[in-house]
Amino acid sequence: MADASKYIVGVFDDEDVLLPAVKKIRETGVQIHDVYTPYPVHHLDTYLGYKRTRLGKAAFMFGATGTTLAITMISYMLGFDWPMDIGGKDFLPAPNFVPVTFEATVLISALGMVGTFLVSRNLGPGKKAKMFDPRSTDDKHVMAINLDKNTKHSKDEIVAILKEHGVTEEPKEVEL
Amino acid sequence: MAGKHISLSDLSQEKNFEFTPKLRKQLITAIVVGVALLVIGIILWNFGIGLGGEEHHGAGHGGGHEGGSHGGGHAPEGHGAGGGGGEAGGHHAFHWTKRLFVDIWHNGVFFTGIGVIGVFFVAFNYLAQAGWSTLIKRIPETFGNFLPITGVILLAMFFIGGHDIFHWTDTSLSDPKSPNFDKIIAGKVSYLNTPFFLVRTILYFGLWYLMFRLLRKMSLKEDQEVDFYKYSKNPIFHKKSGIYAAIFIVIFAVTSSTAAWDWVMSIDTHWFSTMFGWYMFASWFVTGMATIALYVVVLKGYGYFKYVKDSHIHDLGKFIFAFSIFWTYIWFAQFLLIYYANIPEETVYFLHRMEDFGFLFYFNIIINFAFPFLFLMTRASKRRMILVKIAAVGVILGHWLDFYLMIMPGTIGKHAGFGLVEIGLAVLFVAGFIWVTASALAKANIIPKNHPMIEESLYHDV
Repeated sequence: MADASKYIVGVFDDEDVLLPAVKKIRETGVQIHDVYTPYPVHHLDTYLGYKRTRLGKAAFMFGATGTTLAITMISYMLGFDWPMDIGGKDFLPAPNFVPVTFEATVLISALGMVGTFLVSRNLGPGKKAKMFDPRSTDDKHVMAINLDKNTKHSKDEIVAILKEHGVTEEPKEVEL
Repeated sequence: MAGKHISLSDLSQEKNFEFTPKLRKQLITAIVVGVALLVIGIILWNFGIGLGGEEHHGAGHGGGHEGGSHGGGHAPEGHGAGGGGGEAGGHHAFHWTKRLFVDIWHNGVFFTGIGVIGVFFVAFNYLAQAGWSTLIKRIPETFGNFLPITGVILLAMFFIGGHDIFHWTDTSLSDPKSPNFDKIIAGKVSYLNTPFFLVRTILYFGLWYLMFRLLRKMSLKEDQEVDFYKYSKNPIFHKKSGIYAAIFIVIFAVTSSTAAWDWVMSIDTHWFSTMFGWYMFASWFVTGMATIALYVVVLKGYGYFKYVKDSHIHDLGKFIFAFSIFWTYIWFAQFLLIYYANIPEETVYFLHRMEDFGFLFYFNIIINFAFPFLFLMTRASKRRMILVKIAAVGVILGHWLDFYLMIMPGTIGKHAGFGLVEIGLAVLFVAGFIWVTASALAKANIIPKNHPMIEESLYHDV
């Protein structure tokens, strides 16, 4: 993220124009960096050809870490370091460990996923968010095309392609 | 998926379900097999084969329990037709009819659950304004047709074998002059008495079936409306369905709990748990969702439901996954408090199940929690038809065993088992359920084509 890239940014008004445009622009061989929409647009992920997210696997790993941590911690504390007689139970009463283990699993996976989100979106304290056009949080669909990764097409060609497929204003160049 | 546009007029090409002579023949075969198993099993019982429990009649049985801290827990269970150590105390000899009645009661309660959860599914989808389920709505909509049948079966069983199932039906237990007098049961007699029990049971079935008929009627009327565009501007039947759904949910919120106390928890009359209504509801709900998923997948395999995509099956899979965890949460919440407090009159419930039904007790958690949790965790396993089929069958079987574990220990205890009669009865109930739902499904369009949310369901994508 350190080196800034040059992007061409096209703005769309209507998702019914956006979806075919995404499909046709990809057919011309232009790689779309990403599309930012104010609300979830159905099928946009399939039109953009996204791969399956690995977030689920990350969540599972964080959860498994939480489970292991909790069981290790409680077993060590209550079973070995300082055994305590609680209600006449064994020193390692498995049912008693379940609530804490469950909570630790949820906690670690939730915190881990927040961290994953911040890292993957390049957010967090001191980071500047990548925002191609602030109106993508308002009412516009914003398509960003990375010029450095589309060496087959010149900048003018890409602008022409965008205009052909229904952008509502002159595409502009942004460096981020 | 992407790019394929489906219009509403395509829906008329969808093949409607037919109750074919072939299916009818298969079901009749299943019923004949079921009856045959039942009869052979009963004959064998009369020769003393497969009835179980004989080897446990020895006098030494009671002693095994007394050693631990829980010895006192068995004392209140000792009388009557019930629990653990009490049977050696010279109560009447075990008769095979008792096991038959309890088996029928077990299946009756279980299948009542699937029926009422079908109505519940339709109702909460109306209330949540959920659109995705519209395409498959006709399947749960037929489940309620089984309610009158199980209603009659349960009432008949209560009249014929009530005392074999519930020992609180013995009025001498609440008579202070009787030697059988039981102070705890006498304290519950204002709720647990035969007339009130009958009123309640009839009320549950009556109300559930009434609301089911009203919802079904609106759904069918909506279908007959010819002009979709005129209709969709004034979705009167849809609105009425929403009102009926709300009324049903309120009724079911109360009756699902009280039905659980009446039909299952009162078997262990001394014992009670405030979690029990939810526990049984959770078990019913998972079974119902698994049954709906199984129906969708099987019917899709036969070429119906062309527009039901893996996204719809994914959502049904999520329901099974999520509510399996919910069931475990309830099960464990009930167990942990009793385990932790360790009060004899409470622990007796689990003690009996862990000692006499040890394998089932732990298998219950494996099949109903570990199996769906690990098996349905990945996205693919909720979307592939064959995997959903395996999960649904496993979960239905698992919750059948869960109900077995709720009902058997308090009624026939050591005489419980899996024999020809149990298999025969299960086959009969399954065949009957398929027969009733299939004939209802054949009576209407398989897709509610005038439902205002049908388009949302067509484009459902997760």
